Amino acid sequence: MEKISHPLITEKLTARFGSDILSTEEEPLYKVLVITVNPARIIETLKFLYDDKELQFQFLTSLFAVHYPERKNEEIEMVYLLHNLWKNTRIRIKTYLPISNPEIDTATNLFSTANWMEREAYDFFGVIFKGHPNLKRILNIDSMDYFPMRKEYPLEEGTRRDKDDTMFGR
Amino acid sequence: MTTIKIPSLAEAPPGYEGHGFFATSLDRAIGLARKYSIWPLPFATSCCGIEFMATMGAHYDFARFGSERPSFSPRQADLLMVMGTIAKKMGPPLKQVYIQMAEPRWVLAMGACASSGGIFDTYSVLQGIDEIIPVDVYVPGCPPRPEQVIDGLMRVQDLVQNESLRRRHSPEYKALLAKYGIE
Repeated sequence: MEKISHPLITEKLTARFGSDILSTEEEPLYKVLVITVNPARIIETLKFLYDDKELQFQFLTSLFAVHYPERKNEEIEMVYLLHNLWKNTRIRIKTYLPISNPEIDTATNLFSTANWMEREAYDFFGVIFKGHPNLKRILNIDSMDYFPMRKEYPLEEGTRRDKDDTMFGR
Repeated sequence: MTTIKIPSLAEAPPGYEGHGFFATSLDRAIGLARKYSIWPLPFATSCCGIEFMATMGAHYDFARFGSERPSFSPRQADLLMVMGTIAKKMGPPLKQVYIQMAEPRWVLAMGACASSGGIFDTYSVLQGIDEIIPVDVYVPGCPPRPEQVIDGLMRVQDLVQNESLRRRHSPEYKALLAKYGIE
């Protein structure tokens, strides 16, 4: 079946949300449409894409956060990967949150699968999903007191004594 | 009439022998019995576990050393064999399994991950199981070959045979467990 054309998606979104659609561009490598929206209207946008008779983006492939420490007041990027299974069309929805207050509405009311994905984003990046039914750590140990995928924390555990760099000429 | 000499399975411990009797100390008799009946509990989380399965199989035949019955319940196990990467989240279950084992109990850490964290120097992985439970024998390797595992088991057998019956009541042993927060 014919894929959904990118201009149609952008037209429909800008007609509905106007200036809350911050940017639309075609990602050059895989030709996927990337849409950046105002974080306050993210769930409305997802709902619109879900319900619209021509768009029907009803499958949430993935949902995750990315940390960009150099971007002031939009350090945490939230990405939603949507898929229209009838017309095999994929789009990416992005939105930015300040690291001082990384709060966003939950997508669990629209997609049940968002439940564990949002818990993972909370576990690793500390994104608070307002209205999530069970927002607690999912992969890391419950007693962990930081969000390990934020860039300010080192990957290494830091307690090893056998990794003396002088022995390896580094 | 020809006599067939049956090779002895285990060396008799030092003692006094005469016509119709053999006397040795209780420590040595029990040590000998325990040495050849160690029931291991395989706690396998990753590739070392696969290597251990080869060790248990017919070719390397781990059962030769009296470990015929791998005990998948900690209640009846003597030796906890920790094989593979232990994530921090797996730490509390591992400690629980150790606590459920009855004394006397021994622990063997198989492979680089269980011994020191190995290549996984990362926030989510325990940097060696000796952070949470006492370890008797470390087997290095990534993963160790079955011969190394068998050698590790034989080192455990040495410990088992030579351990004093009073060791588990000694203040040193109690202090060791207290260090790990185990009663």
